[in-house]
Amino acid sequence: MAKVDFTKYETTGYYDEMFNENNGVRPSYEKFKKRLEKLSRNKLKFLQHATDRAQLSLGMTFNVYSDNQGVERILHLDIIPRIINSTDWDRLAKGLEQRIVALNLFINDIYGEQRALKDNIIPKELVLSSAGYLKECIGLRPPENVWSHISGTDLIRGDDGNFYVLEDNLRCPSGVSYMLENREILKRTFPEVFEKLKVRPVHDYTHHLRDMLESLTRESPAFIAVLTPGIYNSAYFEHAYLAQQMGAELVEGRDLVVKNNFVYMNTTKGLQRVDVIYRRVDDDFIDPLIFNKDSMLGTPGLFEAYRRGNVVLVNAPGAGVADDKAVYAYIPRLIKYYLGEEVLLPNIKTYICAEKDDCNYVLENIHTLVVKQTDGSGGYGMLIGPKSTKKECEEFITKIKNNPRNYIAQPMINLSRVPTLTDDTIEGRHVDLRPYCLYGKDIKIVPGALTRVALTKGSLVVNSSQGGGSKDTWILDSK
Amino acid sequence: MLSRVANTMYWMNRYIERAENYARFMDVNFNLSLESPPDVEEQWKPLVVITGDWPMYETRYKNIDKHRVIYFLGFDPKNPNSIYSCITNARENARSVRSEITKEVWEQINSIYFFVKEGLEKKLWKSKDPRLFFKKVREDCQLLYGIFDATISRNDGWHFGKIGQLVERADKTSRVMDVKYHVLLSTPQEVGSPLDLMQWAALLKSVSAYDMYRKKYGKLTALNISEFLILDKKFPRSMLCCLIHAEKSLQEITGSTGGFSNEAEKQLGKLKSELEFLDISDIFEMGLHEYLDDFQIRLNGVSLSLYNSFFAAQSQVQIHQ
Repeated sequence: MAKVDFTKYETTGYYDEMFNENNGVRPSYEKFKKRLEKLSRNKLKFLQHATDRAQLSLGMTFNVYSDNQGVERILHLDIIPRIINSTDWDRLAKGLEQRIVALNLFINDIYGEQRALKDNIIPKELVLSSAGYLKECIGLRPPENVWSHISGTDLIRGDDGNFYVLEDNLRCPSGVSYMLENREILKRTFPEVFEKLKVRPVHDYTHHLRDMLESLTRESPAFIAVLTPGIYNSAYFEHAYLAQQMGAELVEGRDLVVKNNFVYMNTTKGLQRVDVIYRRVDDDFIDPLIFNKDSMLGTPGLFEAYRRGNVVLVNAPGAGVADDKAVYAYIPRLIKYYLGEEVLLPNIKTYICAEKDDCNYVLENIHTLVVKQTDGSGGYGMLIGPKSTKKECEEFITKIKNNPRNYIAQPMINLSRVPTLTDDTIEGRHVDLRPYCLYGKDIKIVPGALTRVALTKGSLVVNSSQGGGSKDTWILDSK
Repeated sequence: MLSRVANTMYWMNRYIERAENYARFMDVNFNLSLESPPDVEEQWKPLVVITGDWPMYETRYKNIDKHRVIYFLGFDPKNPNSIYSCITNARENARSVRSEITKEVWEQINSIYFFVKEGLEKKLWKSKDPRLFFKKVREDCQLLYGIFDATISRNDGWHFGKIGQLVERADKTSRVMDVKYHVLLSTPQEVGSPLDLMQWAALLKSVSAYDMYRKKYGKLTALNISEFLILDKKFPRSMLCCLIHAEKSLQEITGSTGGFSNEAEKQLGKLKSELEFLDISDIFEMGLHEYLDDFQIRLNGVSLSLYNSFFAAQSQVQIHQ
């Protein structure tokens, strides 16, 4: 029976997480590679198959509604993990901590004194024109002055082996359930490897999450609910999973009612007061009285109850002002401004189309750049210049000219690769990295992350809606 | 507990119970058809009548055909009561109350779903012996009952689920009796021909009552079978037994020890007490069919009052604000 064999594996000039440029295995992957090479190819296929089945049985599925009928899909989990050594991780975690502190200071400032605007650290128009900026939040002070309690920053590793921040997700980052369940599944897939390698555990994430949510209210015991748009939301599995793991109530907007500016849920025994809501409904939809009037997902009066401090909303409405892709470009400056420190985790060079010089550069060099919508997510509304046709580029030029505020551009960065199972072989596929920060009284970053992988050969788009899959991410202990 | 969640737990369990009952009906009927005279209509029409789906069947199909009935009751996504639809609905329900049930319960429901879905994709209703499919559905549902009981606390959610299961079970037992009542009435005392005997045994088997009935009464008689399925206090699928336990669960939820604290308790309590103070000859005097018909209507009333008392109550508060 043919064994798994890496002799023909090619890094083809990309940074590979498993092999160095001389095709030697990196230390963090040594034991894992040995284990893999003992397996027959068939066994490996079988293990991959068992993983797919485990995901189905756990209900780790989402619905795709592209064609009239909803199709249930799993987010493909590739069984070859992404392994990160402890030195890299510790450096990365420090950088994340710095970033999340500065970003929260920035949000707090924007809805408060607006010092950064007065001191011209970042253009006022740029911030106030952001889709995530909510004037309704001016003057509000959430508990601990924290606005983005749960964040998931997208990082990539470039050709030089350094990590860069690709974007900040400060509103409702999803995917943490995959970080947790992928681990459970891989522990079943490769039990022996876990015994030999010291992989740092992630399972306490939901405990930290609950502690953080409880720390935001004075009520004791605190009544905590997870607010979901419902079972048709693509991240519903995660909402239910987190509620269940935390022992919190999973509610929909229609389960809640606001009375005298307090929030209650409808129970079989009357109304039950709710103190903290981890809401997975976007700002726009949480309260039809204030925001989107047609929203069926929210609860009328919720925002007023929040404004009066009678309920805690996590993340705080308005936090999205800081993950605008144009604001992103200024974050190193903001870190310096608020913390007096140099940025630890660098940004990618970003051209802001709202600024004349940058815009001209983008229009002239569009075929070499990646263009993104400033309020876009999920890999939608973007152009990858080098991989696009002339016609597609021209369409974007028109779009940018019509609304420059809506676009930024970045040089094309080669995401690092990890060996990934394909139909009949193992090939390198590009990955990113999304670790999760919890921020209440203090900051907690569980040593783990979601690694998203672009399964299509050569593709750089890792989003689940665009053919991406995931990998379990192992952070090794230093000892 | 959330009103929506209580309602969902109730229906999730009703759907599972319905699917399990359908699976058993199909299994038993298929068995029966192997040994009965080859009159397809006589064999398969009663089944569609029992489930209450006859009006829909009639509008869609001209004639009774064995495979069509099996498809219609087992697999048809357009029939909201087919096994496939019930399991799909139960799973959607389970998904929306995922944080109320255990991982084991969820995985079991999910696994039944994938099995049934595969059955639909493989067009198993065309297979020579679809009994294997129905047997597996029944066993998987029974396994689910076990997991449900063994892993979930006796909280309100569990009790609402139980009530849903028992209301559905009582309804199905009464419907089976109702459709076969002509068999029962044609020979009120003793069983006649071997064909009758087979019919009667099938009736008992379709509500899993054959073994326990034989243990208690031995001989098959119309009066005893009716008594067993309607009035027995110990047999878990008899109509009275279902109501006794449904009432207990309802009292656990409301905390009341006697009398009633809402409309649901009142209606359920009345229906149960009346059954308790009847004997089978009273029922035959009223007319078995008339009695069962009335029972089903009143059971629907219980279900409706559960909705008004628990599931919708707070939404009304909200509207009146």
